[in-house]
Amino acid sequence: MSNNNTIVSVQQISKSYWRDSLEIPVLQNISFDIPEGEFLSLMGPSGSGKTTLLNLIAGIDRPTSGKISVAGTDVTSLGESALAKWRANSVGFVFQFYNLMPVLTAFENVELPLLLTNLKKKERKEHVEQVLNVVGLGDRMDHSPKQLSGGQQQRVAIARAIVTDPTLLVADEPTGDLDKHSAEEIMILLERLNRELKKTIVMVTHDPRAAEKAHTTRHLDKGELS
Amino acid sequence: MKIFKLILKNFKRHKLRLSLTIVGIAIAVMAFSLLRTVITAWNAGVDIAAPNRVVTSHAVSFIMPLPISYRDKIAKIPGIESITYANWFQGIYKDKNQFFPRMAIDAETFFDVYYEYKVDTSIYLDAMKKQRNGCIIGKKIAKEYNLTIGDKMIVDGDIYPGRWEFEVVGYYSGKGNPKVDETWMVFNWSYLDEQLRQSQSGRGGFVGWYVFKVKDPNKIAEISDAIDKEFFNSYAKTKTQTEQAFNQSFVSMSGAILSAIEFVSFVIIGILFLVLANTMIMSARERIREYAVLKTLGFTTSHLVLLITGEAIIISLVGGSVGIAVTFPIVDVLAEAFARIFPIFIVANSTLVIAVSFIIVAGIISSLVPLYRSIKMSIVDGLRFIG
Repeated sequence: MSNNNTIVSVQQISKSYWRDSLEIPVLQNISFDIPEGEFLSLMGPSGSGKTTLLNLIAGIDRPTSGKISVAGTDVTSLGESALAKWRANSVGFVFQFYNLMPVLTAFENVELPLLLTNLKKKERKEHVEQVLNVVGLGDRMDHSPKQLSGGQQQRVAIARAIVTDPTLLVADEPTGDLDKHSAEEIMILLERLNRELKKTIVMVTHDPRAAEKAHTTRHLDKGELS
Repeated sequence: MKIFKLILKNFKRHKLRLSLTIVGIAIAVMAFSLLRTVITAWNAGVDIAAPNRVVTSHAVSFIMPLPISYRDKIAKIPGIESITYANWFQGIYKDKNQFFPRMAIDAETFFDVYYEYKVDTSIYLDAMKKQRNGCIIGKKIAKEYNLTIGDKMIVDGDIYPGRWEFEVVGYYSGKGNPKVDETWMVFNWSYLDEQLRQSQSGRGGFVGWYVFKVKDPNKIAEISDAIDKEFFNSYAKTKTQTEQAFNQSFVSMSGAILSAIEFVSFVIIGILFLVLANTMIMSARERIREYAVLKTLGFTTSHLVLLITGEAIIISLVGGSVGIAVTFPIVDVLAEAFARIFPIFIVANSTLVIAVSFIIVAGIISSLVPLYRSIKMSIVDGLRFIG
């Protein structure tokens, strides 16, 4: 059941993949709510469906059955174009391998989501500089991803994720490709975003130390949530 | 504009591959333009034909002569403004390889009918009329053989045997009109006729063809019919046709060669498609993950169309522009080298239009496969892709 402060509502979600004529169930009848301002960690063994569930919540994959609402929007009923627009406005993504555009500078990478808005160049600049300062890379704006360390690249990716001020921040193994020190920095940053900017965060991780930073940890195993 | 910036940034990825692709396209477009220019040059006689000029030649073959007596009969047919005549003389000047048209003409009327061939009437034409063996030459021939007024031109006759001595008395030019062939040498028909009457009596009194201007081009069919009917029962029947059709009959003799050149020119365009398509497919494959990220961020199909097709069109346009730009100086050099074979060797506007059209179409078509793949690809599959 959804409470008044529920931001994400997952209802009876199932997801299967098909390999030729063979159906491979990944998620089975999963239901849960995420309150606004939550920092939720999803854990589980490989192949348990963590990333699939995250993708469904973020609207980059569609469930076989069930319904997902984010901030009152039924994501599962949106068409491709509306869904793209919704993602641009409502969700920020942080990937395990950063997924920055190698030919763009840190500034330009963070500016990418803003190109879809009606903001003027000057306004975009202000927004980008602001979030790059938040992630501590105000002095690295003109650097290309190649010139940045893994931790710095992930911070650029986080800046790109929050530059549109999304309702929800989803992170798929954000520390999975980082050394211990960088991973710690990233988790401190995510914790800060949750605490200071009140961002709702859903994070998939294998790393128990990363999961410790979250308010809540849910475990997925064989497609079932516990 | 925002997408355009992204496209430009993408050009930084594989500079060598991009450069080679641009060079490949440039060479293909240059080769295509050169071949089209050869075809245009071949057809130049057809293209430059005046719409109001008509040619009457022997009905059997244009190499058979017509009596000079036909001139007055043709001139009397209503609708004809002015008439002239000429004989193909040719002969060998210096050696067999020195080919340029040499013709016996009626100095009184020739430049009136061929009005785009400009000659100083009061000096050169009068001089030709006064001097029996005087000849007028095109500016290109004068320049190439360094011939000036008073120089002798000795021609060994082949169609009309003997040693023929001419004296240059003047020049003609197109006065900037690129469609005027400035490689002719023309001399008095009366001089040829006199010599033939003396040495080969049976060959005197004949012309190769008649050319006349009509007052109303809409009545060419009617006038042509009237002329051919006039000589229908004569021993030398006539065939009257527009200058364009007359010139076309020469071009048609080389039809197979022209078709082959045309075929090769389109094969080259096919290569252009392949070069560009190969680059675009490779580029898009390398960026599948990035396209998935863009889609995740909210970029839509129309953004991907602009990004991928835009990149292909820009590469194609840059390569094509280089190719076209290089074509002009090459054509200038070739025009000098082949001046006698192709007196009018210029890059036609139609060639440019066709080349630019193919460049744009190549850009669009080469982007279709990568575009289709990137649009059809699910975000999840794209993010998992390891290129």
